Amino acid sequence: MLKHYSPAAVIAAAAVAAVAAAPAVAKVEGDTIVLGSALSETGKYSTNGIHAKNGYNIAIDLINKTGGVKVGGKAYKLRVIYYDDESTPARGAQLAERLIKQDGVKYMLGPYSSGLTKAIAPVTEKYRIPMVEAEGASRSLFTKGYKYLFAVLSTSEQYLASSIQLAAEIADKAGKKRKNVKIAMAFENDPFSLDVRAGVVTDIKRLGMSIVIDDRLPRDLSDMTATLTKVRALKPDLLVVSGHSKGAATAGRQIKELKIATPMVAMTHCESSKLVSKFGAAVNGFLCPTQWAETLSYKGPYFGSAADFDKKFKATFSGYKTVPYQSAQAAAAVLVWKDAFERANSFDKEKVREAISSTNMTTFYGRIKFSKAGNNIAKPMVLRQIQDGKYVVVAPSKWASHKVQHPRKVQ
Amino acid sequence: MATPKTASQSRTGFLSPAWLKTSGDGWTLLLMIALVCVVLVLISGQAQTNLTILQVAWQQNIQLLLDGLFIGAIFALAAYGLALVWGVMNVKNLCQGEYVIMGGYIAYYLYESGIHPFFGLPIAIVFMFGFGWAIYVLVIRRVIDRDLFTSLLATFGIAIVLQQGLNLIFGPEVQTARSGLPTATVTLGGGAFTFAWIKLTAFLMCGALALAVVIFMKRSRMGQAIRATAQDARAARVMGIDTDRVYAFTYSLNAAICGAAGVLIAMIWVIQPFYGITHSIRSFVIVTAAGFGNLPGVIMAGLGLGVAEQYSGFVLGADFQQATVVGMLLLVLIWRQIIENKHRRVVE
Repeated sequence: MLKHYSPAAVIAAAAVAAVAAAPAVAKVEGDTIVLGSALSETGKYSTNGIHAKNGYNIAIDLINKTGGVKVGGKAYKLRVIYYDDESTPARGAQLAERLIKQDGVKYMLGPYSSGLTKAIAPVTEKYRIPMVEAEGASRSLFTKGYKYLFAVLSTSEQYLASSIQLAAEIADKAGKKRKNVKIAMAFENDPFSLDVRAGVVTDIKRLGMSIVIDDRLPRDLSDMTATLTKVRALKPDLLVVSGHSKGAATAGRQIKELKIATPMVAMTHCESSKLVSKFGAAVNGFLCPTQWAETLSYKGPYFGSAADFDKKFKATFSGYKTVPYQSAQAAAAVLVWKDAFERANSFDKEKVREAISSTNMTTFYGRIKFSKAGNNIAKPMVLRQIQDGKYVVVAPSKWASHKVQHPRKVQ
Repeated sequence: MATPKTASQSRTGFLSPAWLKTSGDGWTLLLMIALVCVVLVLISGQAQTNLTILQVAWQQNIQLLLDGLFIGAIFALAAYGLALVWGVMNVKNLCQGEYVIMGGYIAYYLYESGIHPFFGLPIAIVFMFGFGWAIYVLVIRRVIDRDLFTSLLATFGIAIVLQQGLNLIFGPEVQTARSGLPTATVTLGGGAFTFAWIKLTAFLMCGALALAVVIFMKRSRMGQAIRATAQDARAARVMGIDTDRVYAFTYSLNAAICGAAGVLIAMIWVIQPFYGITHSIRSFVIVTAAGFGNLPGVIMAGLGLGVAEQYSGFVLGADFQQATVVGMLLLVLIWRQIIENKHRRVVE
């Protein structure tokens, strides 16, 4: 396999090696702590990538303006080196290497999406660089034994689990035996949706309810009338659907057309499939999980309440009608860093990692406390219901702003 | 297996593998459906449970049948277009599904601009006819005399370009065009089934379009020229038929038919730039089962496929809905092979 190398290539390789070997001093420059992140500014995730970036930036601005991060009695400012990963995992991994080896970054913020996080986590793990991420929800990220990965958001298996809990509560109230509660499930055959399914199945078993339909939807699905016809025949108490926005759009359309009268319907991706504007009153009563909503009564230092964050965010960035939860959780990740630096009172990355892992804080985004695996176990996924075309929080009851409408009105 | 061969079918003497010509009728397909169901039900316990549901809530059979027939009619429409192009030009048009999706986006675009998507039907027919003509002149004309793989590759390439083009223009989100027609509920013997008026309307429109195409092929000058070219292109040329024009017209007619099917699909299902492939596969399955030049066969196979999809989705689960389509293609091919072998033995 010996090949001839051109002199230019040899020089280039040497130059790269020299840069790579340069001492990594950039972790703290003067009075600035440098964080690094590869984010999708172009490509298929660019919309959400930019939401995340705005979230990082608003939190960093706020911290820098309100006294910075205090370590060893001195106030430090935060700065982030961003690179565009073009929404491709391979590029994301490359850029993580570059941030760590070339730019000397010792503290990382996560990229957007589970896929990119999956690509970058092995790199940060290899160099033992702590990464606080806010946009990778896949359960599989937290089953690999990563030690330097922390996530502020709820993981995918929790997405629809709260709807199962809610069904149990409703059954209890109505004096119905739990084992008589019938649940129909339709999940797309892809990693994310199957994660969601796994969480749902665990909860159904834990609560002793019964599954009457368990359909897997194909990836290029545009018809689920057969599944819904089965739903009509079996009259389940709850129908759960997850198949990204196409699953939600297909289900929304065909539940309406087939006049499926299931009293409780829960599905992911209600917002991104624009259910309300597409199907209007027909989707009233649908339950949709979300990581965060501005109507929640969460409160914490820095931003104040969820509503305060919402207001500040809209004032800072123009063009937002509603603040995406992607931005809120990104901002929360930055707060975790500040909190950890101050508690560690050190820049030693191992000490900071220790501090992150013992995080226990309340924020506008909800409580943050990490499990051993690194996922946030203190914040529940909230369930919103579409009531008169608006999304209102109905579960968990502690944070609910409205009562759940049950059974939903079939129109 | 009793349907006699139609006249047009026995006349189809164009370049095609022998098994495709032997017999083309929907009965084969229906038999296959039954066979698939029986075999799979024997394997799966869940399927047996689901069959019990169908016996108890028997009204749902009507639901599945209606939904299957309504959607099957649209499959048949797109498949007839493929049968035309395949039969007359021997081009295996892999971008069939993309033409369907393009039609869908025309309906969606109109809907978004506040125009009722029904108007998409004439617009899609005219637009896609022109588009088909342009594609013929740009690409198809250059590959029509080449071997099988050249035309496969060329149309596959067109499919990719169209997918990405639609993705650039409309984005990757799933879209629908809403007709605003209501759904009727029919209560029957303690159970109920529904049918959406839009599906019935689409079904009738499919029928009208098919009728129009048949009359066109039988009566019009161009229709006769197309049939003549299909029988023997060289002889047709000798007789003074401009076969290049006939090819261009046939290809454009196919695109127009697909566009019309797409408008109806957008109003019944959902569309997305990359959903074309499943429609292409369905068309190929139907044409392979029915044989080309055999309109009754195509209709039977299309309707049968629609119903089979619904039933397999119900009995075996949604993940088998599309697998069934491909499974049936395989069975049809095996069946054809068996028949073929029998024929040989008798002759020898």
